[in-house]
Amino acid sequence: MIKLQMPLNEADVRQLKVGDEVALNGVMVTGRDEAHAWLINDKPEEVRDLLNGSVIYHCGPVVSKEDGQWKFVAAGPTTSIREEPYQADVIEEYQIRGVMGKGGMGAKTLAGLGKTGAVYLHAIGGAATLLAKSVKKVTDVIKLEEFGVPEALWVLEVEDFPCVVTMDSHGNSLHTRIREQSDAVAKELIGI
Amino acid sequence: MGFKLDQEKFQAAVLELIRRTSTQLPADVISAMEQARDNEDPDSAARSVLGSMLKNTEMAREDSTPICQDTGTNIHLVTIPEGVSLRKVEAAIVGATRQATEKAYLRPNAVDSISGKNSGDNTGVMSPYIHFDEWDEPSIKVRLALKGGGCENVSAQYKLPDGSLKAGRNLDGVYKTIVDAINKAQGLGCAPGILGIGVGGDRATGMLMAKEQLFRKLDDVNTDPALAELEGRLMGDLNKLGIGPLGFGGKTTVLGVKIGAVHRLPASFFVSIAYMCWADRRHEMIFCESEVSYD
Repeated sequence: MIKLQMPLNEADVRQLKVGDEVALNGVMVTGRDEAHAWLINDKPEEVRDLLNGSVIYHCGPVVSKEDGQWKFVAAGPTTSIREEPYQADVIEEYQIRGVMGKGGMGAKTLAGLGKTGAVYLHAIGGAATLLAKSVKKVTDVIKLEEFGVPEALWVLEVEDFPCVVTMDSHGNSLHTRIREQSDAVAKELIGI
Repeated sequence: MGFKLDQEKFQAAVLELIRRTSTQLPADVISAMEQARDNEDPDSAARSVLGSMLKNTEMAREDSTPICQDTGTNIHLVTIPEGVSLRKVEAAIVGATRQATEKAYLRPNAVDSISGKNSGDNTGVMSPYIHFDEWDEPSIKVRLALKGGGCENVSAQYKLPDGSLKAGRNLDGVYKTIVDAINKAQGLGCAPGILGIGVGGDRATGMLMAKEQLFRKLDDVNTDPALAELEGRLMGDLNKLGIGPLGFGGKTTVLGVKIGAVHRLPASFFVSIAYMCWADRRHEMIFCESEVSYD
């Protein structure tokens, strides 16, 4: 298990390889469909410092509010591929060092990881209670009113948030490898 | 028969059903996951991931928090005695849904498709989804499933014949479409998945049958021998795809395959595939006048 402290620098991230198990620490930000469109279309200045060197987490949490303080109740990853049109540009524009979600992403993002120096981190889909325990504090929320709870950008302090590198900055993708293998089996089973 | 609905009591019982469904994985699913974990190679990512999923399941139950943050489409299949007001039952379910959202058993998950606005309380047009039928018992049965968006997005519908798959209008053709759909899904539906399949029908009734199949226990056996055989064959073959938990590779790609058939039009032959993620949240309750029981 490799412990990483955010903000991350390019050199450390370029050492990561597919299959590495990682425990993330520090401040990261959630963002999904609405957030990615906003980051590209509006290029908001107020989030630049926050995102620089950080990880964007594809997650729409279940939250509760106790004594005025937001709390993450359940916080597993959502499907990342929906952000494929935006992700490489978001990585480059905001100098993000990690993208976390589930299911992996496509060729454009893989190229973007290599160009900027970033990794794709796979979290455990569906393991929402387990992952919420790694969220120590919700420090801020951006665009809550406009985007709603799942789509807002939640700013989180995390401790040993577990994930696995499945796409690295060297052009490797676990998802492509598995897909090639299963394609071959499927063709044989179907008889085409 | 004389069943009298106490709306307030019924609403409280439905709230508890929602809490259980969001926070407790059914026993048959847990047992299938444990077997799958033990069957994966030691030190494999597949084994470790299945272990984390089971740990999460335990923690969610203990803490009474959602197993998965995507608490999904709420599908209520409601069976009522003759004479009970559908509107009152519906109002109670909607009320319980609002309460469950306030209590964070459910994420606000109902988005206006035109304005993009989240209703904030899981209610809206056809949300929650409620399907009614009737029986002779003096009680109300509610079966609830929470089906997340990730697995709904990899659900699929095929039209036979399909030239690209060399799939004809027969069970062999059905088999081919299912292999294709699960290969295309990879880990995106949060594998290992549970498949509900509807053969025939129109585009709506076929998918409804597919979703109803998801309410079957994993270890039950189809009463139709031909479908039972196909379910068994698919279980074996789909797990040869090597996609594994979350698509990390491994022996466990599906935990169950359940197939039902619907009469179709002569011109149509649909195969509807409802993919349910490993967090297969479904429970049922029987609500009598004097007591409530949960499975």
